Amino acid sequence: MKTFSRLGAIIKKEVLQLSRDRLTFGMIFGLPIIQILLFGFAINTDVRNLKTAIANQSGTHLSQEFVSQLRASQVVDIIASAETASGLDALLRRGEISLGVLIPADFDRRVVDQNRSAVHILVDGSDPTILGVANRLRAMPIAFDSAPKRVKKQDLIEIRPYYNPERRTPVNIVPGLMGVILMMTMMLFTAVAIVRERERGNLEFLINTPVSSAELMIGKVTPYVLIGLLQLAIILGVGQLLFDVPVRGSVLDLYIAGSAFIAANLALGLLISTVTHTQFQAMQLTVFILMPSILLSGFMFPFDGMPIVAQYIGEVLPTTHFIRLTRGIMLREAPLGEITADVYYLVGFALVAMIVAAKRFSKSLD
Amino acid sequence: MSQAMKSDIAIQARGLSKHFGSLRAVSELNLDVPKGQIYGFLGPNGSGKSTTIRMLCGLLTPTEGTADVLGTLIPGNANLLKPKIGYMTQKFSLFGDLTVGENLQFIAEIYSYPIDKRKQRIEELLEKYDLIPQRKQFAGTMSGGQKQRLALACAVLHHPELLLLDEPTSAVDPQSRRDFWANLFRLAESGTTILVSTHYMDEAERCHRLAILDRGVKVADGTPAELQAATGMHILEVIADDPYAAQAAIDARTEIASVTQLGVRLRVLIPQRFPNPLDIVRGALADKGVSGKTGVASPSLEDVFVAVTMKPEDVGE
Repeated sequence: MKTFSRLGAIIKKEVLQLSRDRLTFGMIFGLPIIQILLFGFAINTDVRNLKTAIANQSGTHLSQEFVSQLRASQVVDIIASAETASGLDALLRRGEISLGVLIPADFDRRVVDQNRSAVHILVDGSDPTILGVANRLRAMPIAFDSAPKRVKKQDLIEIRPYYNPERRTPVNIVPGLMGVILMMTMMLFTAVAIVRERERGNLEFLINTPVSSAELMIGKVTPYVLIGLLQLAIILGVGQLLFDVPVRGSVLDLYIAGSAFIAANLALGLLISTVTHTQFQAMQLTVFILMPSILLSGFMFPFDGMPIVAQYIGEVLPTTHFIRLTRGIMLREAPLGEITADVYYLVGFALVAMIVAAKRFSKSLD
Repeated sequence: MSQAMKSDIAIQARGLSKHFGSLRAVSELNLDVPKGQIYGFLGPNGSGKSTTIRMLCGLLTPTEGTADVLGTLIPGNANLLKPKIGYMTQKFSLFGDLTVGENLQFIAEIYSYPIDKRKQRIEELLEKYDLIPQRKQFAGTMSGGQKQRLALACAVLHHPELLLLDEPTSAVDPQSRRDFWANLFRLAESGTTILVSTHYMDEAERCHRLAILDRGVKVADGTPAELQAATGMHILEVIADDPYAAQAAIDARTEIASVTQLGVRLRVLIPQRFPNPLDIVRGALADKGVSGKTGVASPSLEDVFVAVTMKPEDVGE
């Protein structure tokens, strides 16, 4: 009974303070919207309009037809031309183009010769994504119209792109973005929460009241759980409206996973709050955890491609598990019952972090 | 100690010590604070006043020693103690972004004050501590005196038996200090034990009893009158035309424990083992040809403080 009175008092106080801090209040809702717009529109691995120069040494009808085919593909944006291969080299080196297409003088003859390549594409391979796109150009057909159509040969290997057949990046990005945005706001708010009270001296007073450290922790965190769920709804809504990102699985499952993830981040934030002494330190530590959560969680790069050590680090981070859950539920229509391991991890992480935070906190003035 | 005597004691500390690394913040402190009295801790900054108060309310764990606070053993059972004590920190520690009313409401909820009496209690405190006009003002925007009154109101809301005040008047003007002490006397009258730390002599003089702390050690304790009677020093006052020259002249004598200038007057402390202090001072002035009137003064608390916090090598041999 008394516990509830105290818990209620702290929750009420947090909400009051939060509602008066207009900037923070604005950030709670503004941050996810701005970020999803920013990331959703900006991050695109389906690259188009690569700056390209053409050196057409052949000039035949067929070579010109090939160039217009290239242009029609929209993969390239032809902005320059050169006479020779070394001309293309220079353009590449100066960073003016990403692709250089060299059509040799004997282009027509090479097209019919099965043993020689007809076109050379020089690629700025420093960006693996561009190299990947250039590879797709290999599939372009080049042949004389008059030549008899060869019987279509079945590929040895057939690839069927599941879950995102149009290869739209937002479908991949938005579920991950949900994890990154939630982590950023949840962790930062709580990381600063206790340190701020320590800096302002509130804590010294609070410790001397009958409030237990567990009550203080839970009371502080509770309003943010609701805020986190609201943010989840915002990201989901914007993702669906603007980027047409589907939720194929159960929305309820998504919110259950979201709750576990929010709890894990809030607990982590509290833990940061108990090991740091100033708000500045708390923010630095938050950024320190933020970076690997963006880079090693599978949000930016496929998890399987990372070295094993990086994978271990990634496995520790709650964001990794949440991104697996969101992609599973939203895109692969996986029921939560089939991917419980990640949920268990998040719940376990939240509990452990919370207990350690409460333990550390009770000793904090010594 | 018998039960009857014990029930009159609010705090009894034995051998209380706190070390921070190699720093001995408090060393083997013995303390007996009677119930219903205002007990003062007098000492300069860094003398261990705050550390002692924090140990007594369970905020810090003593390195050695124990204390019996309101029948609860410290360290160990601080949680049982918390509902019974009120604590006012050195720095304002309430919520600046909540109003005065909201702060009081929050404290009432935190202490689970009976719901049906909450409103009445808050009104009572607002009136008693002259905060009615500030009811809807954010605590952070108030003056030092107002903040202090709010802090005291919050500390006593739950009717604590023991009030611990850590330099409560360091940020307020003299009038607010007077009002504040009037409030403390009223609380003591109604049976609250008050432990207050200060570095103001005039405040120390108002305490029923006090302990003087110096570098973590209790160097004297008793009522202000007892302490003044037991300085072990002759107190002399010299009125000189050239106080600076007079001070130099007197300070040159090895018998002198301390000379302090107060305007045109000099306050001179000489250990009581020298039988004729007037002759010493007059002689010193005559030697250097400085004119001045020398007389005997009654000891003030400041003299006590100077005498007991003196380093041994400063005392005349």
